[in-house]
Amino acid sequence: MGYQVIISVLSGKGGTGKTTVAVNFAFSLAAKGGDGVLLLDADVEEPNAGLYLKPTLEEVVPVSVPVPEVAKERCNYCGICADFCQFNALAIIPGAILTFPELCHGCGGCSLVCPVEAIQEKPREIGRVEKGRADFLEIWQGCLNVGEAPPVPVTRKLKEGLPRQKGKIIIIDVPPGASCPVVEAIRGSDYAILVTEPTPFGRHDLEIAFQLVQQLGIPHGVILNRAGTEDRAEADNIIEELCSTYKVPILLKIPFSPHLAALGAKGVLFSKVIPYWQEQFSQILSKIKERCSCANS
Amino acid sequence: MRIAISATGKDLNAYVDPRFGRCAYLLLVNPETLECEAVTNPGRTVGGGAGIKAAQEVVNQGVKELITGQCGPNAFGILAAGGVKIFQAPGEMVRKVLELYQQGELSELTVPGPSRPGPQGWGIR
Repeated sequence: MGYQVIISVLSGKGGTGKTTVAVNFAFSLAAKGGDGVLLLDADVEEPNAGLYLKPTLEEVVPVSVPVPEVAKERCNYCGICADFCQFNALAIIPGAILTFPELCHGCGGCSLVCPVEAIQEKPREIGRVEKGRADFLEIWQGCLNVGEAPPVPVTRKLKEGLPRQKGKIIIIDVPPGASCPVVEAIRGSDYAILVTEPTPFGRHDLEIAFQLVQQLGIPHGVILNRAGTEDRAEADNIIEELCSTYKVPILLKIPFSPHLAALGAKGVLFSKVIPYWQEQFSQILSKIKERCSCANS
Repeated sequence: MRIAISATGKDLNAYVDPRFGRCAYLLLVNPETLECEAVTNPGRTVGGGAGIKAAQEVVNQGVKELITGQCGPNAFGILAAGGVKIFQAPGEMVRKVLELYQQGELSELTVPGPSRPGPQGWGIR
């Protein structure tokens, strides 16, 4: 492990409780003191960790992507740029070139392939990174503007300038799925917590998430949310089986409980009001540290 | 002068595909002789910007009239700039729609329909 510890919380399937786990985990660690905990909300299309933590914003950093600007007097309408663009952000019609900035992913390819150097890039704002504080917890969140397509530039900006400070713990709330925004969010993590639920969908997407973190070489463990209570404990088998096939430890089970759900619906951190859960979440860190030191030695 | 028609198949017995950007084929038809050439719509399988791709193809083919069901703002902008008139047709057999076209029964689309983003996020963004 480097100077800081970066732990990503992801799931594959949406709605399994990534944010619930991320905020309760971050809060429980921060409540124990130490050298400071930073929570990154990298679900930039719908950042919602702030709903629980209600941070006070201290800094807002705009995020922009480069989009093509065509010097019409130079353009010879050859169409090479439009053919090159995989996102169809440019179109050529006789005597005119049209650009569609909202489709542009900012790769800059059009300006490179233009044989007459008619294309320059200019920045277009697509979102922002907000930095703030909630109690003793530091929180940074990425926000993609409504209607914008590419979340990755915001994620990238969010992860710029992460503190490299010994003992610092950085927890990343990752978007659902297993595509580019997820990869960008978890890249460089020391550990990944995969949150799932005991349903066939939960299992299906957990398996995809396993394959993703294994390909990226990130050590990982599972938190099973909405786990079966005593009368229907067999519900958990569906996940336990998969975990044993992939040899992935289950770090914690959070039961399917109306009480926890009611607290969540009110925007209350259950680890803040129930000491048992604060303890459970803080213990996860030592479990992770054990596993990471085993893997490193 | 040929016209373009968004269609579900390759000949006049196919149906008009009401979706412009995601139609299977663009039929290039001479309304006088009913000669018909089918072009695979390059917008059909792209991740995003399907309407743009299909409109670019229509303009590249040099046609000045298009028959389709609906057309979003991006494609509409390209077609308008390329001087292509758009006629709205019901999802009937192409042969029948051509008759309606020749009888002047099809109305011209003068404003774009609603935009509908493509399936952004299938690992392509």
